[in-house]
Amino acid sequence: MATEDVVLLDCWASPYCMRVKIALEEKGIKYEERAEDLFGGKSELLLTSNPVYAKVPVLLHKGKPLCESSIIVGYIEETWASPPLLPSCPYARSQAKFWVDYVDKKLFDAGGNIWRTKGEAQEVAIKDFIEVLKQLEKVLGDKDFFGGDSFGFVDIITIAITSWFLAFEKFGNFKVEDHTPKLSAWINRCMQRKTVAKVIPDPEKIYEFVINLKKMMGME
Amino acid sequence: MADEVVLLDFWPSPFGMRLRIALAEKGIEYEYKDEDLRNKSPLLLQMNPVHKKIPVLIHNGKPVCESLVALQYIDEVWNDKAPLLPSDSYLRAQARFWADFVDKKIYDIGRKLWTTKGEEYDAAKKDFLDCIGLLEGELGDKSFFGGETLGFVDVALIPFYSWFLVYEKSGNLSVEAEHPKFIAWVKRCMEKESVSKSLPEQEKVYDFAMLIRKKHGIE
Repeated sequence: MATEDVVLLDCWASPYCMRVKIALEEKGIKYEERAEDLFGGKSELLLTSNPVYAKVPVLLHKGKPLCESSIIVGYIEETWASPPLLPSCPYARSQAKFWVDYVDKKLFDAGGNIWRTKGEAQEVAIKDFIEVLKQLEKVLGDKDFFGGDSFGFVDIITIAITSWFLAFEKFGNFKVEDHTPKLSAWINRCMQRKTVAKVIPDPEKIYEFVINLKKMMGME
Repeated sequence: MADEVVLLDFWPSPFGMRLRIALAEKGIEYEYKDEDLRNKSPLLLQMNPVHKKIPVLIHNGKPVCESLVALQYIDEVWNDKAPLLPSDSYLRAQARFWADFVDKKIYDIGRKLWTTKGEEYDAAKKDFLDCIGLLEGELGDKSFFGGETLGFVDVALIPFYSWFLVYEKSGNLSVEAEHPKFIAWVKRCMEKESVSKSLPEQEKVYDFAMLIRKKHGIE
């Protein structure tokens, strides 16, 4: 299959884009990455492919656009069967989808509240963030991955956001490992995977990115 | 073994209505349990410990939470009748995208229509009509979002119609005046028994909303 068949409109720092890249890598699909300048000016292709939100990631498969990262990963899962990212039993699938929805609704925003706030508000934000991590650690239990023995959908959706954890830790002056060591072990386990290591950027670079973002937003 | 299906729900919830419609479309027998959200049952707290919200579908004792997740579960398990999602993976992704759009936009913006005033209300009214317009565009010339029959997006969206009297009466808004094609779609949906029997009367929902408004001191 030609590389031009699969195009990803991307931003290197976006955990939502990272999810899609990891899924594509896991399935062994060749794709073309097109970097979007989200601050300078979005491309015509982005604006026409995602008229509703004008956001990345957008996956173009044979020219047809797909938007919203969890939905894109679902499409990748259904279009390229191997290896499977979701279990085959409908109940187990529903549970995986529930946790994908939970991570989507809670994790990134909870982390974002840490670098967006100071003082007491930040303390609350850190506490809330750790609650989310503890919930995820509970779900993981003694399994190697959220998917059980194998790396799957929930792992992909979640591991991408962990690239921002160093930034959250530095701004909030805390360490994830002190609160959820099992989850930290899971992060390290995932980072051993070639597909994940290839996609996830250096967390120090993400930290610098957030510093610049704050400056641009006029935040102290 | 016969399937045991229980639905923990709250009668004015559009999210609960989604599951009522899907279960009716598929001809699934189930036990309906209306929750008092000010006094949640031990069963609800046990079945949805994470969010403590309705609806919860309980199938043979096992809970499925989050209405769009539960809709997909219902579609996968009872796949012999009335499919909600198409078989083509691109069209499935599109259906999920628009159902997700409904989730992200309609409930929150709709809520602002009866809980805010002045500039905030005006902004919400514009947003709401824009969203309806986008959905109308996606519907195009089709009878339903699902094509000839009710699909995933239809089931996700039509429950909010039971709240239209609340949205419209609160601030001189008429969806039909701005988007007649959308209302034509609504009427087609309401002709289906699975929909009309799953949605409460608009007046009843209106009375409920006004009670809530009064209780929270919103005028």
